[in-house]
Amino acid sequence: MIELNANHFLYLLQAATWTLLLSLIAFAGGSVVGLVVALLRVSKSRLLRGLAIGYIQLIQGTPLLIVLFLSYFGLGIMGYKLVPIVAAGLSFTLYAAAFLGEIWRGCIEAVPRTQWEASDCLGLNRFQQYTYVVLPQAVRLAIPPTVGFMVQIVKNTSLASVIGFVELARAGQIVNNSTFEPFAIFVMVAAIYFAMCYPLSLAARALERKAHVGR
Amino acid sequence: MSYEFDFSFLAERWPDFVAGAWLTVQLTVVSITLGLVVGTICALARIYGGPWLKRLVGAYVELIRNTPLLVQIFIVYFGLSSLGLKLSAEVSAVIALVVNGGAYTTEIMRAGIQSIQRTQLEAADCLGLTRLQTILHVVLLPAMERVYPALTSQFVLLMLASSITSQISTEELTATANLVQSDTYRSFEVYIIVAVVYLALSALYRVAFWLIGLVLFARKRKLGTAL
Repeated sequence: MIELNANHFLYLLQAATWTLLLSLIAFAGGSVVGLVVALLRVSKSRLLRGLAIGYIQLIQGTPLLIVLFLSYFGLGIMGYKLVPIVAAGLSFTLYAAAFLGEIWRGCIEAVPRTQWEASDCLGLNRFQQYTYVVLPQAVRLAIPPTVGFMVQIVKNTSLASVIGFVELARAGQIVNNSTFEPFAIFVMVAAIYFAMCYPLSLAARALERKAHVGR
Repeated sequence: MSYEFDFSFLAERWPDFVAGAWLTVQLTVVSITLGLVVGTICALARIYGGPWLKRLVGAYVELIRNTPLLVQIFIVYFGLSSLGLKLSAEVSAVIALVVNGGAYTTEIMRAGIQSIQRTQLEAADCLGLTRLQTILHVVLLPAMERVYPALTSQFVLLMLASSITSQISTEELTATANLVQSDTYRSFEVYIIVAVVYLALSALYRVAFWLIGLVLFARKRKLGTAL
């Protein structure tokens, strides 16, 4: 058996950069798809709204773990063999899009009706209304809850460990397999996650306070 | 490319799925109930407790909410057993889910309790209620009524998160799926079935919480509006 040493800690820190990278992929992908979901969700067309609602319900009603298994093992058996980082990126994108879409829908709807009406009177078309009037105001409302949701993304990337992607949680398991000191190792892993998530939580709270003062 | 769906394994394996789903329900009902108790006590401690108690509960909430459930489960199951405290997978799963759910419930219940107006407490004082009576009858139930939607969606998320306990060999729904797919090589079909079962469970839980809400909150039942 190997003693737990500083190199193990460095290995965990290195794995944490993969956690951050995966979080960034999930957030970037989730933002793009999430914006589409949010816009569909407030669309005038009943069909598009229904589609967005169905998507959100589907993702929010199934565990992320099952989505991961479906995109890794399921697609693999169907002939689309994805490497773990792609399968994980895909699953987290789908997951983040559903939650961000729902958060941002709330922010778009929170922009007062009068703003829509005023921009209507000015003769702006729907695209102009969104880009010049509604979205800039919605973004300000959206920042605190979005930062808060980033904490969920960082934490949930730990699930990528189950499909063999070596991020922080998987690295913890690997170190544990050679040193067999699970308590020390997983507390260390938890501490590294905490160091990544807590600043985000604090930022979300501070932004929220600031947003409330402004109103 | 063409892929032939084959659900024929269901004829033989459906009892496994039912057993897995049943364990998921058992695990989550116990965890939700205990999590609500832990969360409510912590919320009360955070509001009415002394400065040290407040800080302690605050640290608990922040530590749990900023670390992944998967790692918490590993600490309880592998970590505690290496320290000499041997727990079965099911017990570890429940402990981890209660500790995790309790932290989120604390924050939600705290918001609810803080929304109770001072005048309510003063009125209870005037009526000569003891502190315990005030908390039970004047504070807790109305507080819960106000945050009930947030509370129940948190509980549904906890049910979905219970899938993570499959990683420590708790034989719940997700673990059953892993087992069946490794026997049949029908992973796509297996996970689709399990996804549908989870969707059905979420819907079932929502309906159950709605019914419980009707029983619990008489005012809402009679007037149709929240407090």
